Amino acid sequence: MAEELRIVLRNYGKIDPLNIDSYIAQGGYKALEKARGTDQKGLIDEVKKSGLRGRGGAGFNCGQKWWFAYMAQADQKYVVCNADEGEPGTYKDRLIMQNDPQSLLEGMAICAYAIGADKGYIYCRGEYPYVVDVLNQAIAQAKDKGVLGDFDIEVRMGAGAYVCGEETALIESIEGSRGEPRFKPPFPPAQGLWQKPTIVNNVETFANIPVIVDKGAEWFAAIGAPDYPGTKVFTLTGDINNKTFFEVPTNTTIREIVYKLGGGIPGDRKFKAVQIGGTSGAFIPEADLDTPVAFDAMAAVGATLGSGAVFVLDDSRDIVDVVTRIAGFFEHESCGKCAPCREGTMRTAELMEKIEAGEGSIDDVALLEKIGRVMSYSCLCGLGQAAPTPVLSTIRHFKADYNAKLL
Amino acid sequence: MDYKGIIAKYKDVPGGIIEAFHAVQKQFNYLPEEAIVEAAKIFNVPVAEAYGVATFYSYLSVEPRGKNVIRICESAPCHIAGADEVVAALERELGIMMGETTDDGKFTLEYTECVGQCQATPVITVNGKPYAGVSPAQIAAILAEYR
Repeated sequence: MAEELRIVLRNYGKIDPLNIDSYIAQGGYKALEKARGTDQKGLIDEVKKSGLRGRGGAGFNCGQKWWFAYMAQADQKYVVCNADEGEPGTYKDRLIMQNDPQSLLEGMAICAYAIGADKGYIYCRGEYPYVVDVLNQAIAQAKDKGVLGDFDIEVRMGAGAYVCGEETALIESIEGSRGEPRFKPPFPPAQGLWQKPTIVNNVETFANIPVIVDKGAEWFAAIGAPDYPGTKVFTLTGDINNKTFFEVPTNTTIREIVYKLGGGIPGDRKFKAVQIGGTSGAFIPEADLDTPVAFDAMAAVGATLGSGAVFVLDDSRDIVDVVTRIAGFFEHESCGKCAPCREGTMRTAELMEKIEAGEGSIDDVALLEKIGRVMSYSCLCGLGQAAPTPVLSTIRHFKADYNAKLL
Repeated sequence: MDYKGIIAKYKDVPGGIIEAFHAVQKQFNYLPEEAIVEAAKIFNVPVAEAYGVATFYSYLSVEPRGKNVIRICESAPCHIAGADEVVAALERELGIMMGETTDDGKFTLEYTECVGQCQATPVITVNGKPYAGVSPAQIAAILAEYR
């Protein structure tokens, strides 16, 4: 274990991303051909059996999601790729799109065939205009080659709103509106883009699809943790020797990622905490480092796998300072549609600033916990529900950092 | 091209108002009020709604900005890597504070959240082009590329 295994990054450095022939020479588009020779139900069944779960953070069974969209009766269906990679410390989707854009297009085309869609969108974040260029070139080449058949893909560029990573907010944004999440249900596979059945999957999820179709569900299901099979791409930031990315099977532990792949903490500093899954993830103490990174194992220790960001802090870092910055992030990124998030992120940021300034009391910490608890179950979307996690997890595991700053 | 011509190109794109705004901003560096009014007309939505879209997204600006927009990431990984010192160096070099534009209209300083170049921190972008692993000492040289 603790060995890299490249499935979604299988072509990284091996192909010329701007030349479709180079992708085809590596076996590209064979999976799409194979998929189109299978009946739709059988194909969806295969994806279901592979156990592939969404790589965007929610971890829903991918084949099951496709099944809902397949079953929905409509004159038009859509396939949408969520490339609005906004979790601080994450750049895995950029790696995939810049280095192997055709595998994303192939994954989307397989999905389109499975659910019966002929139109796709890639919603790419506004911070990546150079990735938009790569995608548009890739799409033009795929069209010229005729590999996509009658499946049409269009790239839409986001405009700097973290909440648009939430699938219904993303849909609103493609429709040209403010990116505010919708009430659910109905879920997108029933009523999504322009109220039509829509599959929204993450870039990393789609990049897994051609390999699963090619090598089979059983092969994939045997990799990593049985309840969250396959690999996950991690991007390492903060106080870590190897600030880079790794793709590993999902039964790899956090300790292996930090110490073996990541090379440990620079200098003679000691480990203090690691935040996994992006800025909405929990801060994990030393005691939980032997947890496998798989979705359910992480949930069991009150953490999330999220986007696969790994943000390491050494013992010189002030947790309250870092969490205050994170609280500011959520205050800025809350869309304001629902009151618990709009008010909650603002009050949380206010209280964190007060504590950070040395003016907070034990009552303020208690209030933070209460606000966080209420937000976690009353906010409309994942942003607000997850926003308190860094605060709550650090109060739980690093209380001393808070106490040191209280009046 | 004037803003009317730019917006007209997206007339038949479903939900294309954001794409139109991107295109207008690429030319003007911000969204002039008359462009928002025009977009509302073309996409058949109330002006308030078009304005609502224009002000929802942090990459769209309804205020005039400098020719070169410099953004500094303030997300946690850049924060602990010394983004504050880079901010101080930029403010010193340009003689303006964050959120301001230089008198000659050449540079605007803005905060941003993560731009996805975290393999080397802190990160700044100039007109969308990322510079990763930036130190205060490099700022003068980076600015010289755009002066």
